Amino acid sequence: MFGWLVWRDLILAWRRRADVLATVFFFVIVVSLFPLGVGPERETLRTIAPGVVWVAALLASMLSLGRIFGNDYQDGTLEQLLLTPQSTYMIVLGKILAQWLVSEVPLVVIAPLLGLQFGLAQNSLATMVVSLLLGTPVLSLIGSIGAALTLGLRAANVLVALLVLPLYIPVLIFGTGAVQASVNGSSPRPYLLLLGATLVLTLVFAPLATSAALKISVE
Amino acid sequence: MSERRINWYKYAAPANFYPLAGKMIPWFTGLTAILFIAGLYVGFFVAPTDFQQGEAYRIIFIHVPAAWMGMFLYVMMALYAGIGWAFNARLGSMMATAIAPTGAIFTFISLVTGSLWGRPAWGVWWVWDARLTSTLILMFLYIGFISLQSSIDDPRRADRAGAVLAIVGVINVPIIYFSVQWWNSLHQGATIRIANKPTMAPSMLAAMLILLAACWMYSIAVVLVRARCIIRERERESPWLAEAATDGFRVQSLG
Amino acid sequence: MLEAVNLGCTRGDRRLVTGLNFSARPGELIELRGPNGSGKTSLLRILAGLSAPAEGEVRWQGESIKSLAEAYSSSVAYLAHQNGVKDELSAIENLRISSGIAGNALSNSEAQAILDMLGLSRQQSLPARSLSAGQRRRVALGRLLSSNAALWILDEVLTSLDDTAIRLSRRFIGDHLANGGLAIIATHQDLDLAAERIQRIELSR
Repeated sequence: MFGWLVWRDLILAWRRRADVLATVFFFVIVVSLFPLGVGPERETLRTIAPGVVWVAALLASMLSLGRIFGNDYQDGTLEQLLLTPQSTYMIVLGKILAQWLVSEVPLVVIAPLLGLQFGLAQNSLATMVVSLLLGTPVLSLIGSIGAALTLGLRAANVLVALLVLPLYIPVLIFGTGAVQASVNGSSPRPYLLLLGATLVLTLVFAPLATSAALKISVE
Repeated sequence: MSERRINWYKYAAPANFYPLAGKMIPWFTGLTAILFIAGLYVGFFVAPTDFQQGEAYRIIFIHVPAAWMGMFLYVMMALYAGIGWAFNARLGSMMATAIAPTGAIFTFISLVTGSLWGRPAWGVWWVWDARLTSTLILMFLYIGFISLQSSIDDPRRADRAGAVLAIVGVINVPIIYFSVQWWNSLHQGATIRIANKPTMAPSMLAAMLILLAACWMYSIAVVLVRARCIIRERERESPWLAEAATDGFRVQSLG
Repeated sequence: MLEAVNLGCTRGDRRLVTGLNFSARPGELIELRGPNGSGKTSLLRILAGLSAPAEGEVRWQGESIKSLAEAYSSSVAYLAHQNGVKDELSAIENLRISSGIAGNALSNSEAQAILDMLGLSRQQSLPARSLSAGQRRRVALGRLLSSNAALWILDEVLTSLDDTAIRLSRRFIGDHLANGGLAIIATHQDLDLAAERIQRIELSR
């Protein structure tokens, strides 16, 4: 049952690939705006690189949150999912997994290329990839809470941003901290461990909040 | 045998809470006025001038109570919202909605006074220290709660969605605070610490505590007034409201 | 065997229905009637388990559906105003995927057989967005047929459909009732269905 759900979401994303690709292009464009805004000096770029890539990943991931439940809410399939014998917790987990695979993993793949443009060294790039791998699932999990709360509301996109961005801040701090540590030559381990711990906690608790929010929004 | 103890559950119904709140408001307003005057007097006339910061430090008498109220009210808001959700008690949710704006205002005051404090002491309008940054994030959490509730038309959905958001927020606040502390300590070199409170003379502490009590009384009074407004708005089709609103005279309700 | 005990429902802060009691046994049909805004949809959603009642409870085989949770879900099939059909998937994909998620996966041939019954064999591989409203409703009916649900909850099932869809709906509901299923249907029109017992519940404004 779980497999069918993830498979379904992957097929649907494939048939609407334009939406998915738009998120990736947004990520690239936002990152590219910074050198234009700040100036191309190597040292400056290297200093701001971790923050810029992470913030752009945050924003891009927020754009894709509407898609987790939004389409299904519109055509009535969300209700049908809630009416299956599957627990809401697992339904939520399945949809988040599909969204992460489709919207976040491409960001993780492209980020090191953008990091190169900012003059980051290889070890920093590796840390960046690991930090994003650990951090983007947390973004999806927390973001799903906001997406579920704002289902069907006017201006849901902006509202989701308002609700979810403050909650993203710890992930941002740990993620950029890790890359920054690599850039400075110290070990990123403490940050990556913190990110890992955050991931585990969020994996257990966020779907609970999202399930509750879904049931509230669908009522 | 008549039940001697007060049946508190009775006041969980908006219809019974409404007149009780009405009676309580004047008392709390009076207490607020007395405590504010006392606190400001002690703060401005009794407490000595600070050795390092001169007269400007006195702004902490407002800054610190406002900051505490901002945080305390957020927890209260989450608590009421949670109770309203768990026990399906509308009044709990209405209280949470009533608390939110006051909490946001106190947080805002604490941000502004924090910023004003930095200016004469260190010459900058804003510092990204751990406390101020965390207070800023708390402000965002309040704004999120208020925006979410005002975007939802169905009042029960607004109640419950707010409860989920507030509970998620309350759990995250320690995590956010911790991560901001860490972030601040990493970039230590460039930061000026506003956290250096002047050493406390007893009269300074007294002034802060009196003003804290004043803010608390104020919050209670204002939240009760707002709660009564919310009750009137949401219960406008209930028969008891027509009676209460006209102080006992029966009014023919239309429709 | 479905029972509603002292059921009440609200929309917003307004009480729509209070003190509703009824029961239905296998083979029985309940017609839910009332003007728009009287709470038909809200009531059906409570019976389906999507929302909680403001008061009272719903019981299935003697147990409250709240405590049954997922066990009740496998006994219910709900057809709302929205079809619950994905536009980007074809008819046959819609059927196979929704039954797979619900736990009773259909093989390709089983799904095709159902689509044959619905008169959609030629359109089975077309994306649902290119089907007409009536055809999409038939795909949704296919979902009902492929579930093993004993209780069918249908909201305005006959409105704005083509003749084929109406005819097929009537036939399938009739068959379902004859096989010992239960059905609750909110409707504006006369259904003209045969059943062991037909109860009519009228909701007023």
